[in-house]
Amino acid sequence: MNRRVVITGMGVVSPNGVGIPAFLDAIQKGQSGIRFVPLYRDLNFSCQVAGRPLFDWEELRNYISEVSFHGLRATNIGYGIKAAMDAWADAGNSYETDTPRWDTGCVFGNSIADTEAMKNVITRVDNKEVKKLGSRVVEQAMNSGVTSYISGRLGLGNKVVTNSVACATGTQAILMGYEYIKHGYAERMLVGSDEHVDTYVYGAFDSMRVLSRKFNDEPEKASRPMSKTAGGFVPGSGAGAFVLEDLEYAQARGARIYAEVLGGATNSGGQRGGGSMTAPNPEGVVRCVQDAVRRAGIHAGDIDLVSGHLTATMADRQEVGNWAQALGRHGRNFPYINSLKSMIGHCLSAAGAIESVASILQIQHGFVHPNINLEDPIPEIEEIINIDSLPTKLVKKEINIVAKANFGFGDVNSCLIFKKYN
Amino acid sequence: MTKEDILEELKKILNPYTTEKELLAGINDDTDLIRDLKINSANLVDVIIDAEAKYNVEIDYDSAEQMTNVGSCIDIIYSKLTAA
Repeated sequence: MNRRVVITGMGVVSPNGVGIPAFLDAIQKGQSGIRFVPLYRDLNFSCQVAGRPLFDWEELRNYISEVSFHGLRATNIGYGIKAAMDAWADAGNSYETDTPRWDTGCVFGNSIADTEAMKNVITRVDNKEVKKLGSRVVEQAMNSGVTSYISGRLGLGNKVVTNSVACATGTQAILMGYEYIKHGYAERMLVGSDEHVDTYVYGAFDSMRVLSRKFNDEPEKASRPMSKTAGGFVPGSGAGAFVLEDLEYAQARGARIYAEVLGGATNSGGQRGGGSMTAPNPEGVVRCVQDAVRRAGIHAGDIDLVSGHLTATMADRQEVGNWAQALGRHGRNFPYINSLKSMIGHCLSAAGAIESVASILQIQHGFVHPNINLEDPIPEIEEIINIDSLPTKLVKKEINIVAKANFGFGDVNSCLIFKKYN
Repeated sequence: MTKEDILEELKKILNPYTTEKELLAGINDDTDLIRDLKINSANLVDVIIDAEAKYNVEIDYDSAEQMTNVGSCIDIIYSKLTAA
């Protein structure tokens, strides 16, 4: 079945902008969403900065019923609801329906329940007050909580599934939705991912010594992908969402089309060949990118922009090398490459979705967003690709094809190819 | 505390669990929590927990199962209060 899949709606909750207009403005200006967190200093964390959306929790009342809002505590689910509902409305759809929308499903990913919210549960149980927990804990503790809230609000009646592959979750969710439409099983899929890095998850990363700890006094400089002075990533939180739609279905209802999903791939390096729980097997990454390019029916030379994973760890240099090898493009022949994480940190499971929103906005508005904090690129990266591929200021340019990839713990990879619709 | 007082407090307790606001304003003993106020049956446990916290009483499982309409809610809360 030769269906085409297009993007007709987007929503975003990002540390540097909540809602598409604010986010677009921020990524064009190179605005950081990284801020100092006094609590992390008090807790003796080494890294004391984070990317947190300026999120108005009360605003959720505009999206879900009062009954549903009352008792909602899980921050990650709140982010996901906001992004998903905004994407749905952005695609020109209404929320209300009396009957299930059998032709529309949902793939939404996340890592873990809000453990800060779960702390209340643990405390009550330990205090022998289990009777006071109430009915709303299970639905927020379960991994499928976010898809349940979203699909319930919109009456989505096709496949509803929560995916989870660490930092590759968001790109994989989009890919899974794309594949389902492509196979003809659904006409529309609401896809995306969310993440709330709460104190306990943050602490666990801090203990691994993989976080940026030398810029606590200068939070906006703390996330430094591809920089010589990078010393680890900065945790971020948020959500991104898309409405994916069969092209003919979208055309029939006169929908605005942002871009087309040409294809993608997801795989694992098998934790072999240099891959491990925490590091990617380079061969797995290369295969993932090459599979995505081939399935999208394009040539590697057609790619205008690479939206990297590029977290600001020691893995950055290897990642750039993997891209160059996978695409067969080096030096001046390499396309533009940027990392949104320089502005918002690493949003873990939400990273792929938020960064994909940025990718589509760059296609739609014709620009390459800057890599901030890249005044001192790693010299070895300059041996692989030309410095001009690493814009530190906004570049106005028509962008036709973007390759977007993310790589996660467990040696899992996901890559998507987006194209301007015409 | 009279049963009338409990009725007014019960309206506040039920408020976040129902979207039937007009009906809630005029509830009487026969108003059914699920059928009339459209409260999700899973949320009845939350209503009971909130009532326990409000009146500082303990409502046992058997009593809780009888709290299906406004009249039975008031009677049970009243009996727990007077027993305490």
